Amino acid sequence: MTAPSSQRPASSATSDRRTLPIRELVLFGGLALVVLAVFATMGPAYSTRMLVEASCYAILALGLTIQWGYAGQFNAGIMGFVALGGFSATFFSIPVNHAFWASDLPGRLGWVLLAMVVVTAIVFAISRLDRIGVPKLLRTTLAIVAGLIGYLVVISWLRSVTGDIESQVEFIGGLGLPVWLGWIVGGALAGGVGYFIGHICLGLRSDYLVIATLGIAEIIKAFLKNSDWLTRGTATISPLPWPVPDPGQVGFLTARSLYLSVTVVMIAVIFFLLHRAYHAPWGRMIRAIRDNEVSAAAMGKSINRRRQEIFVFGCILMGIGGAVLTSFNGLFDPQGYLPLNHTFLVLVMVILGGPGNNLGTLFGAVLVYVIWIMSGPMALAVMHAIVALGAHWFDWQPGNLDSRALQARVFVIGLLILLVLRFAPRGLIPEKVAHHD
Amino acid sequence: MNELIYFFNYVVVAGSVTGCIYAIGAVGVTLIYSILRFAHFAHADMMTLGTLAVLLLTLAFPHAGAPLGLPTAIVMLPVAMAFTSLVAVGIDRAFYQPLRSHGVKPIVMVIASLGVTLMLQGLIRLFAGTGSQNLYVDARKEIFRIDVPGVTRPIILTEPQIILFVITIVAVVGLHLFLTRARLGKAMRAMSDNPDLARASGINTKLIITLTWVIAGSLATIAGTLLSLDVAFKPDLSFFLLLPIFAAAIVGGVGHPYGAIAGGFLVGFAETLAVFNWSVLLRPLRDSLPTWLELPNNLALVGTEYKIVVPFFILVAVLIWRPTGIFKGKVI
Repeated sequence: MTAPSSQRPASSATSDRRTLPIRELVLFGGLALVVLAVFATMGPAYSTRMLVEASCYAILALGLTIQWGYAGQFNAGIMGFVALGGFSATFFSIPVNHAFWASDLPGRLGWVLLAMVVVTAIVFAISRLDRIGVPKLLRTTLAIVAGLIGYLVVISWLRSVTGDIESQVEFIGGLGLPVWLGWIVGGALAGGVGYFIGHICLGLRSDYLVIATLGIAEIIKAFLKNSDWLTRGTATISPLPWPVPDPGQVGFLTARSLYLSVTVVMIAVIFFLLHRAYHAPWGRMIRAIRDNEVSAAAMGKSINRRRQEIFVFGCILMGIGGAVLTSFNGLFDPQGYLPLNHTFLVLVMVILGGPGNNLGTLFGAVLVYVIWIMSGPMALAVMHAIVALGAHWFDWQPGNLDSRALQARVFVIGLLILLVLRFAPRGLIPEKVAHHD
Repeated sequence: MNELIYFFNYVVVAGSVTGCIYAIGAVGVTLIYSILRFAHFAHADMMTLGTLAVLLLTLAFPHAGAPLGLPTAIVMLPVAMAFTSLVAVGIDRAFYQPLRSHGVKPIVMVIASLGVTLMLQGLIRLFAGTGSQNLYVDARKEIFRIDVPGVTRPIILTEPQIILFVITIVAVVGLHLFLTRARLGKAMRAMSDNPDLARASGINTKLIITLTWVIAGSLATIAGTLLSLDVAFKPDLSFFLLLPIFAAAIVGGVGHPYGAIAGGFLVGFAETLAVFNWSVLLRPLRDSLPTWLELPNNLALVGTEYKIVVPFFILVAVLIWRPTGIFKGKVI
């Protein structure tokens, strides 16, 4: 989709329609061989874990492919949505902290939240004062002063309450509800944040969306990391319950296989819905906007509203994917969400597999994740070989070797992005553009 | 009076330091934007790369600065600037130029620059490890204490801060003279206003693009080095600079170098003011306040751990109310 449409082979879609999808078959066959090779070498329990994680990433990648592939919006803050989904899954599923609910702290926390709502309402009301004839300058000044004072008051109350929570009951605990409820709410939370960001940025240049999503992801992470009263911060929360029997009950392989079947069903449902949406009039409208915004606007399509919809849908998928991934890992660690692992890896999956093509995205997700997991030990081996040579020839003795070898993977991911953009801008399984002459 | 000196030390000085660094960074971003029309996300990593070059040179020649009476890192700055400019031009030739000639959308260039970010980060961490290192290898930071009559607390300035102010002024004045007086600088402004017209009137656009990368690389090296002199060199320095720098460039109006300078100082001071504990200033008034009004100990707007919220908030506010920036930038 990066090339102008005139450069596309015009016949590709029409001629491919009746022939066997040889390209897809070959690629997926190769992928199956790779996965089988991993199974043979690393053992089934490890490989099943890899497959579950790959399927969680596939949900994230499907979220990005509808934003980037369908609509041409680039989201650089996938990490934030993943973390939000992960937090929601954690909060809903871990056991209730009875010490917290037995104390007076929930009431105090409730009062602070109520005060927050009241302050927001007051500031909002003041910002509407110009309707009854107050000069605009006075209104703005009043609103800013009221907002500042209200903010300072509420934040100092919040600080005292959260400090008490941390010192008396450690953290507020969870809700002890089924984990799938947390997944759904995680998607909703991510969608809400996506709505806020999209509302601000989608009418502007596409670069601004990248900056804003990058920023919101860091803010979400900072919030989750520093709110010890809510998430235990760096102390991390574990274990997280699964929707299927734990490894402790039925063994690693069975438990992971059951989890895998859950994620596969989820992917199948999402895939089916996306497929229908893509071929529906709504999907055509989205692509029309992506490919030629001006003429789509001239046809009377509401560009910003459609963009908003698709951005929020993508964010919801990312929230759900992040929730499923965090539940599977069994550990909620806000510092474990990294831009590299949770944003750029997904980006590589999408642009390598084929943006705008769901099948290609799935392919890219599994392939890239397998390569990524396997590249850790491989990078270490290569690094050790280089160091052995270096020590032999130049007497070179670098320190903290293992972390450096893992950093080399960052370089490879970056290079991969650039090479794909340069030489295969439409991915390995490109989007099929139907031409109706 | 003590409180005012405290305010001066922790807000005016600290805010100017951050402001200078954001300003120099934002000028680079905005220049690239006005010539090449995309948001260059690898800029913050170019800063880190330049700083790494300075660090390696300083480690190689730790005593080069002593005869001149300057920190060694400052003496090594020009060499590192040349190196970083070379790398920047090389990256452009290898990665951005082919995409440009394909006529891709700006957002694809943005993604390519994210790829470059990752490559640079990988390289930097491969060579520098992940820990932080001091740029004062063999020397000590000089600290100047200026006593104000009648006050116990002195005004504190450090050597790198003074160097930072001097270099920032030199860089800004130099850039201004270049853009308004020099032939190439005028050509650059012409190309930023209308690339097709500039090409048609015989301006060598390729040369201008190379020049833009040279200026951007040099400015990035200056900003990164001065920041690292003030604190320390960290490989993940860049990631925390990215948002403030882009916020500064957008606040000032994208493609507007003077706006970027103003935006840099705005964001820098906003950050410092937001994390400043205002109850320190109100402490002398405590006894005269009515009893029902009890001052909390911490009146900072945001905790230091949420510093990143400030540039984001500014960014959001600007995008909502004035997407062209305060100085009417080129694009919304």
